[in-house]
Order: sequence, then C-alpha cells, then structure tokens
Amino acid sequence: MTTATLDPVKIRREFPTLDQSVNGKPLVYLDNAATSQKPRAVLDALRAYYENDNSNVHRGIHELSRRATVAYEESRAKVASWVGATEPAEIVWTRGTTEAINLVSTAWGLNNVHEGDEILISVLEHHSNIIPWQLLAQRTGAVIKYIEIDDQGRWVLEDLSDLLTDRTKVVAISHVSNALGTVNPVKEVAAAAHEVGALVLVDGAQGAVHIKVNVQDLGVDCYAFSGHKMCGPTGIGALWARRDLLDSMEPYQGGGEMIHIVEREMSTWAKVPHKFEAGTPNIAGAIGMGAAIDFLSEVGMDAIARHERGLLEYALERVSAVGGVRIYGPESLEEHSALISFTLGDAHPHDIATILDSEGIAVRAGHHCAQLAMKHFGISATARASIYLYNTEDDIDRLAEGLEQVQSIFA
Amino acid sequence: METPQLSSLYQQLILEHYRNPRNKGELEGTSVEIHMANPICGDEVRLQLRIQGGQIEEAKFVGQGCSISQAAISMMTTLLHGCSLADATILAECFTRMMHGDPDAAEDKRLKNLRALQGVSKFPVRIKCALIGFDALQEALKTHAKEDES
Repeated sequence: MTTATLDPVKIRREFPTLDQSVNGKPLVYLDNAATSQKPRAVLDALRAYYENDNSNVHRGIHELSRRATVAYEESRAKVASWVGATEPAEIVWTRGTTEAINLVSTAWGLNNVHEGDEILISVLEHHSNIIPWQLLAQRTGAVIKYIEIDDQGRWVLEDLSDLLTDRTKVVAISHVSNALGTVNPVKEVAAAAHEVGALVLVDGAQGAVHIKVNVQDLGVDCYAFSGHKMCGPTGIGALWARRDLLDSMEPYQGGGEMIHIVEREMSTWAKVPHKFEAGTPNIAGAIGMGAAIDFLSEVGMDAIARHERGLLEYALERVSAVGGVRIYGPESLEEHSALISFTLGDAHPHDIATILDSEGIAVRAGHHCAQLAMKHFGISATARASIYLYNTEDDIDRLAEGLEQVQSIFA
Repeated sequence: METPQLSSLYQQLILEHYRNPRNKGELEGTSVEIHMANPICGDEVRLQLRIQGGQIEEAKFVGQGCSISQAAISMMTTLLHGCSLADATILAECFTRMMHGDPDAAEDKRLKNLRALQGVSKFPVRIKCALIGFDALQEALKTHAKEDES
C-alpha cells in the first residue's frame, strides 16, 4: 500500500481549460462525471499524431502507416493492462461506453437471447445500459427484470436469488452510478449471475475513472468504458471482453478491416479484435486515450482515489451544511464515488445550475440519463457536483458559497 | 461578453408565480390540449384551452420544471382568458421575439407581466425554458385551427 499524494494545484497547470474565467470568476469545473478536462499530454499526443504520423492503420505499406499502426496498437495494449485484460486482443475500440454496450447487446445478444429469456439490469442504470437491452428484448421477445434500489440508492440484493433464474441470459450493471455516485457490489452480483450461467456486462463509464479496475478480480465477462471521462478525447472508448467470448461472437458492423476473405456470396472475418472494428477507426482518439492512461498512471490511481475521497468528505460536509440541501446517494464514503447529487429546497436543479454558472461554477442539473433512478426518489432532477483529480478545497468552498446564494434567492 | 445579471433573471414576480402558479389544474370542457416536454431538462407542460366563438374562455395547465418555465406558463395563462385566437397568436409571436432579443417586442405593452421574463433572453441556455408554454400555445392554436377546418 503506497501513501502517494498529489498536489492538485500543480496538476491543474496541466489542464489549459481550467485556466480561464467564466462570467467574470475563475472557473470551478465540477461536471467531471459528464466529461473530464484534458491534460496537455493528451492534447500534445493528438497534435503530434496529426502533425507527424497521420495515416490509416493496418493498410499502408509506407512509413507513416507503420508509425500510426504502432502507436494505435500500443494504445490498445495500454488500455488492456489498464483494466487487467489477459491480452490486447481482448480490447475492442468503440466510440465510447454506449457503443460498447450496444456491440454486446447486438452482436452477442441477437444470437444468444431468445423469447422468454430474461435480462437483468438495475433501476440505477444510465439510459445507455437500459435502452440497448430494451431494444434487444423487443427484437427477441425476452423479458427485462430489475434490481431495485433502497433509499440510499444502493442495490437491494436480498431477493437476488429470485431475480436470477435459469432463463437469465445476461446481467448488465453499472460499476458506479453516474446519477448518485453509488459504488455497486459488482463482484458479488457477478458471482451469483455466473451460477445461473448468465453473461455479466459492466458499464464502467464512471468506474474505470476512479477505481483501479481489474476485470479478472471483478469476475465479469465484459467491461465497457469511455476515454473522455478519464482525461482522454471524446469519441473513443473500449469494450473489454473475454477472448473466448469475442471469438464466439458474430461481427457488429460490416466494412473494411473486419474481413478476412471477401467472396460474392459470403465472406470470412478477421480475427478479434479487428472483427468488431469495421471502417477507419478513431486513430487519434485511441492514441489520445493511451496518452491519458500514461498521464493517470504517472499521477497514480491510488493518489487520485485518496485525493477524491478527501474532497468528497469535505464537500459532503460543506454542501449538507447549506440550508435546505438534500443529498441523494449512499451515506457511507466506502460506497460513495466522487460526486454529490442533491436538491436544494424548492429551487429547481436548473435554477441551481444557472445561479452557480453565474459564479463561474460548472455543475450538471437534470435527470443524468437515469430517469428510473430519479423516479425511485419521486423527483425529476438533481444538481450534481462531480469531483476529479484537479479539484481543490477552494473549488468546494466556492460551490458552498454559490449554494448559499441559491438559498438566498429562493428563500 | 458582458456578464448577465442574475437579478434580471430571478425577479420576485417570477419566483412568486413559480411558488403560486395561476390556473394550474385540470380544465373542464377542454377544446384542445397539448403536451410538451423538453427531454433534455425535464421541463413539462400540458396546456388545456376551452375555446368558444373564436375566443379562449379559459386556459389551465399541469406541469413541472424550473422556475422560469413554470412562471412563464402561469403568467401566460393569466393573459389568455377572454383573449381572441388572433390576439393569442400575436402574444405568442411577440413573446418569442422578445426571448430572441428583439427590443421592440420587449416594449410591447400587450405582454404585460410577461415582460418580467425579458432578462431570460440574456441566458441563452434558459430561453427554451421560458418558451415551452408558448410553444404549447402555438401548437394548440394550430391544432384547433385544423380541427375547425375539418
């Protein structure tokens, strides 16, 4: 166990976006669960690729194509080791978490889920881990079942053995809730799901950002995540899946790069992961995601986790002290990731966000693409302040002062 | 860009309508009803009009959302009672122009209390909040006109 710490003031200098004023005040960026800012190392990697190596991958015989291919595949290897994959071939590049989930629900789901089969998800899920399964259910006649949540936004697992049956074909669950910050007991549910022979897919969009993920330790079959929430570019993400599973799956999209031999009637497919990567991929994005992983590795995930934990504790204390605030999500810090989802009296979350924006503070307001979770609490929206490695206690103080202003306007 | 003032947005009149919305509830003998929602932010309104002889006899709404959306709808309904369909159309157009920054529209006395919402036009991301009620009104007037034709 290391006790590495990080200096957020020093880290902030690596993020050009943070160095600006918004509405006349220094920017406080607390919308990290939506997307993170990008460090110079990532911006430099994108620029260097386009300035020096821009070329298509796995196609050219020439030098630029060779360099681009090497950088692109090196990034795949970085992503593989980032989540504890057995080999780089277990990483399929996607546009992000959403596409990774759709890939599995389509390429695996359409061939393995049949009428009357069951799909188990939770009411805590982001729409990107609900809608692909609803589409699959509509197409196959399968049934969707839900893990419910308690008043702290935690899964209710007492009846898990009833929810899992011999008809359960897939369990699709989030590692960390984007709406409430709940850190879910994925390992426990995955073990139970495997006992009935179900496939386990994890939406890791908010997980891989804050937690040092090891897919072997979690004991899951698929893990989907995005680059842009962890300092990488938008439009790039990855699906990790067990090699034997990927080998058994049909292609997702057809096109260039994913083929082996093309005949008039029928063709054969490239080996994984290329079988799932039709068309020219987001080469720059993949290289940028690799640079983001290098950056985060250098700072250290343990140090980031410790920093976030400290700030979350401080933020919970400061925000809950503002009159009229109600915080949603787990009370225990152990179960609570680095965000606070809250309401303030009868001020609508959009009004909270507008008032904070006028103070240069960026938060998210809305249903966070988690309408089922919002409905559970009988609300339509919350305000959400989400923390990342470059946030400081000063940011939290500014947030608390902004909320005092909301309180005084809506008093 | 000049920083818009919060005080121009959250005027007492707006907060008062948000807390005590006028004409909220179900209307009896509804001639036309329009449901409008903004899926991005969750603002929602179901506007109901009772129309008789080319006039809006009564307007009521059911809705939820932010202070701007709900106050704008509430204030709108107070101006619709006894309003001719032609005047309601003009009102909706005038308010929409004010929201898009037209200074002449903002001077139009027919908007009455609604001019308190002028400050919203300085907050681009909130303009759609103020407009949801009038969008529903315009849709309702169109629907009614079509039904009248057929």
